[in-house]
Amino acid sequence: MVMPRRPVPSNRPVEDVASNGEPLLSIENVSVHFGGLVAVSNISFVVKEGEVVSLIGPNGAGKTTAFNVITGFLAPTSGRVRYRGRDLSGMRPNQVAGLGLVRTFQKTSVFAKNTVLENILIGLHLQGTSRAWEVLLALGRVRAEDIRLRKKAVEILEFIGLSRRANELGGALAYGEQRLLEVAVALAANPTLLMLDEPVSGMNPSETEGFMKMLGRIRERGITVLLVEHDMRMVMGVSGRVLVLNQGTIIAEGPPQEIQRNPEVIEAYLGHGTQHA
Amino acid sequence: MMARWFGWLWVAFLVSVPLWIKDQYFLHVLIMTGIFTIAAMSLNLLLGYTGQLSLGHVAFFGIGAYTSALVSLGFDLQITNDHVFVFDPKPVWLGVISGIAVAGFFGWVIGKISFKVRGAYFVIVTISFAEVMRLVALNWVDLTQGPMALSSIPPLTLQIPGVWELTFWRKTPNYYLMLFLAVVSFITIRRLVHSRIGRALVALRENETLATSVGVDVTRYLVLAAVVSAAIAGAAGGVYSHYVRIIDPDVFLFIYTVTMVIMVITGGKGTLSGPIVGGLIFGIAPEMLRELAQPEIQWIIYGALMVAIVFFLPDGIVPALGSWWRNHFADPGSRQPPGAAADGDAQAARAVK
Amino acid sequence: MLGSTYALLGVGLTLIFGIMRVVNFTHGELYTFGAYMVFLFVMVLELNFFLALVLAALLGVVLGAVIELTLLRPLRGANIDTTMLIMIGAWIMLQNTEQFVWSGIAKSINTPFPDEPLTIGPVSVSWVRVFVFGVAVLLIVGVHLLIHRTRLGKAMRATFQDHDTAALMGVNINHIYTATFALGSGLAATAGALLGPVFVVAPTMGNLAALKAFAIVIMGGLGNFKGATLGGFILAFVEEVGAGYISSGYRDAMGFLLIIIVLVFRPTGLFAQSERVG
Repeated sequence: MVMPRRPVPSNRPVEDVASNGEPLLSIENVSVHFGGLVAVSNISFVVKEGEVVSLIGPNGAGKTTAFNVITGFLAPTSGRVRYRGRDLSGMRPNQVAGLGLVRTFQKTSVFAKNTVLENILIGLHLQGTSRAWEVLLALGRVRAEDIRLRKKAVEILEFIGLSRRANELGGALAYGEQRLLEVAVALAANPTLLMLDEPVSGMNPSETEGFMKMLGRIRERGITVLLVEHDMRMVMGVSGRVLVLNQGTIIAEGPPQEIQRNPEVIEAYLGHGTQHA
Repeated sequence: MMARWFGWLWVAFLVSVPLWIKDQYFLHVLIMTGIFTIAAMSLNLLLGYTGQLSLGHVAFFGIGAYTSALVSLGFDLQITNDHVFVFDPKPVWLGVISGIAVAGFFGWVIGKISFKVRGAYFVIVTISFAEVMRLVALNWVDLTQGPMALSSIPPLTLQIPGVWELTFWRKTPNYYLMLFLAVVSFITIRRLVHSRIGRALVALRENETLATSVGVDVTRYLVLAAVVSAAIAGAAGGVYSHYVRIIDPDVFLFIYTVTMVIMVITGGKGTLSGPIVGGLIFGIAPEMLRELAQPEIQWIIYGALMVAIVFFLPDGIVPALGSWWRNHFADPGSRQPPGAAADGDAQAARAVK
Repeated sequence: MLGSTYALLGVGLTLIFGIMRVVNFTHGELYTFGAYMVFLFVMVLELNFFLALVLAALLGVVLGAVIELTLLRPLRGANIDTTMLIMIGAWIMLQNTEQFVWSGIAKSINTPFPDEPLTIGPVSVSWVRVFVFGVAVLLIVGVHLLIHRTRLGKAMRATFQDHDTAALMGVNINHIYTATFALGSGLAATAGALLGPVFVVAPTMGNLAALKAFAIVIMGGLGNFKGATLGGFILAFVEEVGAGYISSGYRDAMGFLLIIIVLVFRPTGLFAQSERVG
């Protein structure tokens, strides 16, 4: 089932950049220093609308740090991040999410003590606009909004394939399902750019296969994807472009086949651990 | 749905109480229990639902009490050597509303601070805040009469000009006032908690990082929870001061915060009916046991009880009952491990639907 | 003199708070306990004053260990709310037990020192205070040596820096926790034992003491020994100044105001650059 493209909510900047070719996300000379430790050193790259870009590299290369900087969880020591041309400096993660940049986490992160449906409803937070005083006065539009949000939540559950688990607690789900729930919660936040941090780590091959298909469906909804992944099969299978990070710098960039053959990349991996090719 | 019907039945029962309980002392106990329960409910919003370890809650209660009392009594303040600021007494209802407003303001302050100062530090800040308030009340004698207490606080007067007037001298009208405030507070909290905003609060409590990553504004909701929580506590304080009609700085004592905390924790934090259960137990039990044991012994027992609850029923009585009910009576598909329920009422309602 | 005893309180708490991350609501009660023990030994059992002090301190250590073993250890790994609530429960039980056993009337303790103050030049100080100051300083130095020169101290510092690594390196975390809590409690009891004779002994004396201890810990930075020591003296100083300029009733409020100001503006403490646990 192909879902209709969702309308852009009114809190987004008016400039819709798909047509003029300006990148959706632009990382400009970003560096992150923790005291004496350099986590990320002067990296720059762009993500264009509609792409699927993978960020790969050995452990400790700085990938999650980059994610944290982009989404406002960490302030860069220098450099800037632009989303649709807009400088994200100083923004807090919830504001970044409000612009359409939503991420998942490397370590599975769900609301364990809430039901799956409630998890999605929380993800839908920004899709509602009811204010506290409206809630307190129990205005009609509050109830209407609640019904609308619940319907959306059910849709998302169907999309991700977790409908039959709707009333179970997030923490009670099997590992693979929890990772799916994570993605569903992120999708609920209505991203235009979805940033997934190792989404299939710990999944078995058939689960990974299923996830790759779902990624395809996510793309059909017009969502751009930036991915951090170790699973090479997945990276090769879904990416349009691959960026390789090693010790805080980008050592290679290009289509997946090229990257696979790049001697520097192979060197970086052989020096640092296994690959899942 | 079942929960709601039960709720109204319970309210009807409570409304009828003064009709068949004539013992004035017991009525007094009920009123005080009710006032404290309202404060406990407000604490639950901040502590239970939003997960903020606020141990200075009695400050809001006391601020509401003092503000309302001062507004209705009027006061003079020596600003400079020549100038005296005179505040004329205002009607009691205005006093209570001022109490709510001022308490709410301080709630806003605490909310803002809670964002910057986390975890154990926040606990200390809130306790310190309440202590500072107590010391201010104790030492700013010009305004608050210090340890000599503010007395002769007028009771509430309701009137339809020229037609009808009722002044709340007697216990029965105060009981209904308390009940009215309790129902309003309960409905307020329930509406908030069962909404998108309530979900945001719980999300902040359960997994703040994840919540911010999907757009929940931490500061805004912490402040909101703190303000509403403080305002309700302030209202309880206002009602309190016009009922007992004499207040002194002891109203800010930490022990009262502890009482509220015990009510919330044993009843069930993060549930709507938890504080009520806790409030009833710890409001009425001390009175019942007065004959049997000295206050100190009672408190030792309460302390031990609190430790026991934390060890064995960490979520409190209401969720434990809810789990037990579900595990024994409900459809096997909805069986959950104990301690899993986040909101007993909502779960029960959903199970019945 | 107050500064040195405050420092004792603060050091004890900073160790507990810093290493174990527990909001120790019982700290004040240990303080009270120490004072009452001295009262018991000196006034009731008529033991030697100095012996009473030592006994009180030792009993404080024991009580601390008991609390840790019965209440905290079973809850290892629970979240901070839970431990905090347990501590509050314990605090209620302790204080009310004291209230019940000794009643609320303040008691005073006789000391073996001459009533006439010691005069050095233009300054005259009561003997008791000199004694208290001396003992407190000695103890602070002693704890400092313990933390820096002994294996136990090393293990404590390691645990403070990183629990998991310390455990992997063979440190028995359970023992360290119990030792830390017992030591901190012992220091609090000693502070109470020292100050009991100077002021009076009442069941609620622990409450203010505890809050001030927290103020000191926050000012000095969590786990920062030197910070806590300095913080103790600073607090005493600020209290004097505050009491003088504003009004003596607000003396006790100084601690709280300091807490609020420091936490809002400099959350890591005033001496954050200094070393930790040592």
